[in-house]
Amino acid sequence: MTVDKIPTGAEKLVQCLEREGVEHIFGLSGGAVIPIFDALVDSRIKLILVRHEQGATHMADGYARATGRPGVVLVTSGPGATNTVTGLLTALMDSSPLIVITGQTNTVNLGKDAFQEADVTGITYPVVKHSYLVKDARDIPRVMREAFYIANTGRPGPVLIDIPKDISSGPCDAPFVEEISLPGYQVPTHAPQERVEAAARLLRDAERPLLYVGQGAVISNAGKAVIELAERLRAPIVNTLLGKGAADETHPLHLGMMGMHGTAYANKAVVHCDLIFAIGARWDDRVTGKVDEFCMDAKKIHLDIDTAEFNKVLRPDISLQGDARLVLEDLLAVLEPGETTAWIERCAAWRRQYPLKYPKKGGLRAQHVLDRLHHVTEGKAVITADVGQHQMWAAQFLKTAANRHWITSGGAGTMGFGWPAAIGAKFARPDAEVWAVVGDGGFQMTMAELATAAVHGLSARCLIINNNYLGMVRQWQELFYDNRLSGVDLEGNPDFVKLANAYGIEAFRIRRAADIDRQLKAARSVKGPALVVAEVLKEDNVFPMIPAGAPVSHMIIDPPRHRLEKPSGST
Amino acid sequence: MAAPEPATPAWRRDHVRTISLYVHNRPGVLVRVALVFARRGYNIESLVVSPAAEGHFSRMTITCSGDPATLEQIIKQLHKLVDVVHALDHTGDDAYETEIALVKVECGLHERSEVLQIAEHFGAKVTDYGENSLMLRVYGSSEKLDAIITLLRPCGLRELIRSGKILMVRGLQET
Repeated sequence: MTVDKIPTGAEKLVQCLEREGVEHIFGLSGGAVIPIFDALVDSRIKLILVRHEQGATHMADGYARATGRPGVVLVTSGPGATNTVTGLLTALMDSSPLIVITGQTNTVNLGKDAFQEADVTGITYPVVKHSYLVKDARDIPRVMREAFYIANTGRPGPVLIDIPKDISSGPCDAPFVEEISLPGYQVPTHAPQERVEAAARLLRDAERPLLYVGQGAVISNAGKAVIELAERLRAPIVNTLLGKGAADETHPLHLGMMGMHGTAYANKAVVHCDLIFAIGARWDDRVTGKVDEFCMDAKKIHLDIDTAEFNKVLRPDISLQGDARLVLEDLLAVLEPGETTAWIERCAAWRRQYPLKYPKKGGLRAQHVLDRLHHVTEGKAVITADVGQHQMWAAQFLKTAANRHWITSGGAGTMGFGWPAAIGAKFARPDAEVWAVVGDGGFQMTMAELATAAVHGLSARCLIINNNYLGMVRQWQELFYDNRLSGVDLEGNPDFVKLANAYGIEAFRIRRAADIDRQLKAARSVKGPALVVAEVLKEDNVFPMIPAGAPVSHMIIDPPRHRLEKPSGST
Repeated sequence: MAAPEPATPAWRRDHVRTISLYVHNRPGVLVRVALVFARRGYNIESLVVSPAAEGHFSRMTITCSGDPATLEQIIKQLHKLVDVVHALDHTGDDAYETEIALVKVECGLHERSEVLQIAEHFGAKVTDYGENSLMLRVYGSSEKLDAIITLLRPCGLRELIRSGKILMVRGLQET
């Protein structure tokens, strides 16, 4: 190859990826994307071949959430591209930076129902932060630079790039791009000083302040500032499902997760606070319950990088637009502590009065297994969780001490996310211990990725909490629909141990409490992937629980003895 | 015969909002803007897109109706689009607004004095004087256009095309 040879669009694209520091691509090939796969042969970027495109998006998402760097996906046109839609939604809802590159039919065939053609930019408009259809190879360097910048600045999100095959296989003589011009896109940093000072006054005057920490604090790495704020104000901390780990959950001022299945003491604090300070959180319906009755008498401060979140669910007394860490640091510079001793003691009393608990006798319980997983891994593992009962129990019992050690699909609630996300996280952080906690339902949606882990000898662990049910829906049907079970019995589940073995993956089974530590430790010591199946009680329910649409004060702490009203919330 | 409609429909009097957008002229920007409205079930009454003074940029003037809280969300979501430079609600601002309508009225040579009288009153220009029809061009505020259309309806109104409202803020303040 001579130095002067004009690269193809595909070669230029791969060079752009290298310049962006990409080390891994999660992809699945196909006709329209062969030129890009061909260019990858000569690249130092490691291609991870997946078994289904949805798996690729979740792997890239897990990779992104474990590191804060964009995860990259490469798939073909038509069905390859449409299979990424769920992953795009998952990433958008949780503000996760993804770059999804989709092959496309030749430009002359666009809109003609050519083989494996789909209007991919059209299909994905509502689930991307931004997208491109590249119709001129000379645009490739600019589009790639813009895409990475947009994906991982401000409120991060997925960016899709659709590249017709003639563009990727044709020549591209455009130079690399450093400077970009996006007049419609600004990245907020600091909030106005007078608003920061006004927030500081409200915090000083509060007798019962509460810090409510979300994904924005994870993204901006604001944990240290959150802890300092809590310690100086003497204010308790609660976090959302996605905010777990932004601030150390084992800190004495931390009350754990709030919301629908949060700890009772966290939700008690929400009900009784006189000031709630949302830090990179968006008053989601899982958190507020009935909005009209949420913290009615409390002052509200809302810190978010996305101005569209202000006044969306409720009207805060003060809104602070900016990066969570930067704004908190500005706030700390002007903060005067208030008097909160009585409040802290009250929260501590709730913690003693309403601890998370579960019976250790009468059959194997998921809570017990997860509680032990936390201890066996010394609370240091990166945990990815799927969606359902196991996810809520994992959020309750696996206290997250460090940022980016808890990865789950919150906003979208995408079943099938957990296992591929763990694979992505393990590729991103090979030195970390990575466990996926999944249910038998969600796992079967993306279990083909067992092959991906096996072929790379990747030491990711998968713990299946198997109750042979779609457990969360079964719980709702039991509590709110007279136990009329409909479409929740997963009879026909495979033997997951044999299934793993079929892929050459070592697998372990937990049948009783006495097995737990031994089997978890055995799985930990495996070189390469390992799978553990915990055969738990079929009919167990997650508590505490705030029925959807009910106020937080209507939290159910213990299993109810009578039938409950159907929830007014939609899901 | 149905009772004549009031000159200005209730939705326009009560809820109509005018938003102007300054957008980076990139493929798909119109779809992205339209989806922000569609997702919330918000109806666009009119939408005008044209090139701006600066190359690579376009202006959109959108009129729509709906509740103000949703509209606040819509404007913020529009502003959030990467290709939207700004989105402003100009309802109630000191701005010049105008709209053009073309109206075709079916009427014979001996039945058109009333139509011509209405046209004259509204400053409408006759742009086609046919044997069996007249075409009128009228411009002005949307309310004025509503009024002439209401009057022409019983006179044999056959076709109506409105450009949609365009708007520019007075003085040096940005539209």
